[in-house]
Amino acid sequence: MCLGIPGQIIEITDLQNQLAMVDVSGVKRQVNIACIIDDAHPIESCVGDWVLVHVGFALNRLDEEEANETLRILAKITQ
Amino acid sequence: MNLSSANSPQHPILQKLEQARCHHSQVRDSNITLAHGSGGKAMRDLIEDIFVGSFDNPMLSELEDQARISLASLITFGDRLAFTTDSYIIDPIFFPGGNIGNLAVNGTVNDLAVSGAKPLYLSCAMIIEEGLPVKTLRQVAQSMKTAADVAVVQIVTGDTKVVNRGSADQLFINTTGVGIIRKGISLSAHNLQPGDAVLVNGYLGDHGTAITVARGELALDSTIISDCQPLNSLVETILDICPEIRAMRDATRGGVATVLNEFALSSQVGIKLKESSLPVREEVKGVCELLGLDPFYLANEGKLVVIVPQSKAELVLAAMQAHPAGENACIIGEVIDSPSGVVFMETLFGTERIVDLLVGDQLPRIC
Amino acid sequence: MKYVTEFRNPAKAQALLTEIRRLSQLLPINSAKPLKIMEICGGHTHSIFKYGLETVLPESIELIHGPGCPVCVMPRGRLDDAITLAEQPDVIFTTFGDAMRVPGSQKSLLQAKAQQADVRMVYSPLDALKIAKENLDKEVIFFGIGFETTAPSTALTILQAKAEGITNFSLFCNHVLVVPALEALLSNPDLQLDGFIGPGHVSAVIGTEPYQIIADKYHKPLVISGFEPLDILQSVWMLLQQFIEGRCEVENQYTRLVNSVGNRVGLEAIAKVFTVRDRFEWRGLGEIVQSGLKIREQYAQFDAEVKFVVPNRQVADAKACQCGEILKGVLKPWQCKVFGTACTPENPIGTCMVSSEGACAAYYKYGRLSILGKPSQPKKSQVSV
Repeated sequence: MCLGIPGQIIEITDLQNQLAMVDVSGVKRQVNIACIIDDAHPIESCVGDWVLVHVGFALNRLDEEEANETLRILAKITQ
Repeated sequence: MNLSSANSPQHPILQKLEQARCHHSQVRDSNITLAHGSGGKAMRDLIEDIFVGSFDNPMLSELEDQARISLASLITFGDRLAFTTDSYIIDPIFFPGGNIGNLAVNGTVNDLAVSGAKPLYLSCAMIIEEGLPVKTLRQVAQSMKTAADVAVVQIVTGDTKVVNRGSADQLFINTTGVGIIRKGISLSAHNLQPGDAVLVNGYLGDHGTAITVARGELALDSTIISDCQPLNSLVETILDICPEIRAMRDATRGGVATVLNEFALSSQVGIKLKESSLPVREEVKGVCELLGLDPFYLANEGKLVVIVPQSKAELVLAAMQAHPAGENACIIGEVIDSPSGVVFMETLFGTERIVDLLVGDQLPRIC
Repeated sequence: MKYVTEFRNPAKAQALLTEIRRLSQLLPINSAKPLKIMEICGGHTHSIFKYGLETVLPESIELIHGPGCPVCVMPRGRLDDAITLAEQPDVIFTTFGDAMRVPGSQKSLLQAKAQQADVRMVYSPLDALKIAKENLDKEVIFFGIGFETTAPSTALTILQAKAEGITNFSLFCNHVLVVPALEALLSNPDLQLDGFIGPGHVSAVIGTEPYQIIADKYHKPLVISGFEPLDILQSVWMLLQQFIEGRCEVENQYTRLVNSVGNRVGLEAIAKVFTVRDRFEWRGLGEIVQSGLKIREQYAQFDAEVKFVVPNRQVADAKACQCGEILKGVLKPWQCKVFGTACTPENPIGTCMVSSEGACAAYYKYGRLSILGKPSQPKKSQVSV
């Protein structure tokens, strides 16, 4: 129902409006990252983070450890 | 003033006027006006300065209402005339990798080439929206000339119309082309036979993606450039090495998927593709993932699909890869006998799915 | 492509399928009555067909394609309302591409555009807001469609419009909610479903907790899943484990994106701007209580339904259409009376044919191989219901 694609934040482009440039396979688009900013993740710290992009917004942050954990479980199932 | 003496052809005023009438003046206006399409002096100046000046060939310079081509010269190239026409409208008219001008030349050159013809002469009809900067028109005309030179064709006749602001979007170009099909070559969408190999000459979807990005509506930024290029030299190379080619088509609107569906329906065969062998650039994949598009349906302007008898597939592939317009050529699938009229894809997972004709344009989607 | 490519690995998928086949033989049900798993989300339906997953799953597992395509479930009356708004003078009507071709009772937005309406496709509601700022002499309306995934983006856009004092922007809100729709399906006595693959991107916003009712009250297991083929296969594997072990839980396969509580900022924005409608009509499913969102009164100046006269048309679903049965898993797409004849992607009658994510459209586009009877294909079409 909802197309979302992982992208990496490469630059904060507008501090006030919480906009950042996100790179998806070499294609860049400015997205709103309000949803992934909180006390633990101030806006300046978001560069380099991987997020799921949906309709010009970063919906959530992707968790690398969890992704690896899923791959590890997959490997275990299929051993 | 003494009228009778002024009527004398030697009279200095008349001489001056006559000189002015014949003078090949440059267009000095900064923008195209309706006067440039009125049939008068302004139009003549426009044609001579911009079109004759840019296209620069003796047949056009005659400025007759038609180009006159000697049959004897044509007949040396083959035994059939190929004749095609196409109108070019594109937004934006300048895009990464080209503009409406070289698109209009290459597009028609390619439509001729994929019949196995040697493209020779093009016409160029322009419908110009009032207000278009003359500089823009000059730039477009010059890139048409460059494209024509690269493809070794000549633009030998043309037409210009100017329409009111809003009646056209900047510039529309129609090019019609003729070429000669060499003897013994018979390419047709009806020719496909089970076992034939399906080849393409490189990355798919570059043009469609470049235009989508260049339009700016989706605020995307990428380095993808259109693949706009002439294919006639590549076609010659292919036919030299394998005159038994079954069919060729340039995969423009609707992409490779549409061409293959047309082939499968015309020849009443099935076509089976391998997803893992489809050449698509990472950036094009990125745009497609973001917008929910399928690169297989995206437009190309320098890509062709070639159907080759199985025994010659590797030979043709090697020849294509050795040509600058086919460096990234690859075999993407094969023709099978059934299900007839259906194109399907063997996915990365070894499963199969249908690659159907599109109902309309692909639209970016969110779900 | 990070987080994508590694979840599309064909070799791993083959191994996972072998394991799924092994587990499916342990199922405490007989193979004449296959296990029916619904993937709720149209995105999953898309992936399943794109990668041909349905054809490689064992016969004892049948996938039912759910109502999770927000464009498809829009009733024709709402589309008629949208088209009426688009046809107002001095209105620029902005929409995601998905909704352009969806037919109302008379025409689609694409056809309205051809008849002079200023309809523009955008990628983001923020792009619609930008159009409003650039066209102060026009009223810009954004066609808000989508589940909880998309609702934060429109809510945040309205908050931004308010903060910037923009007065010529409004939202025609048609956001719908997943769990009420599932409950409506589950309350239906005809329903033949054994478990669910849960929507990953909705869950990124709402978390895993709201699904607990599906397990507790309706006793169906649910696994929230990512959208890559390995994600979906792993989710099927997790559901099989639950069936075999007799468990009925909400589990989360998509842990790289989804947590239990969801996205705080997104949920807060939704709560601030929207409130739940008493009822909302779904194409194919009828009226469902508390299944849609509307704009709160504090933000009425951004509500197209307040700002303009919306006819609020009620248009019944087409009679011949059996989408309701398909969505409930009672019928397979090709068993519908009008599938592929009166109802095609060119002329869709029912919700399931409307967008490429709809179950029928997906079958029509990708799934005909099995109906064509290709020998290499499992004869899914012969499974009787």
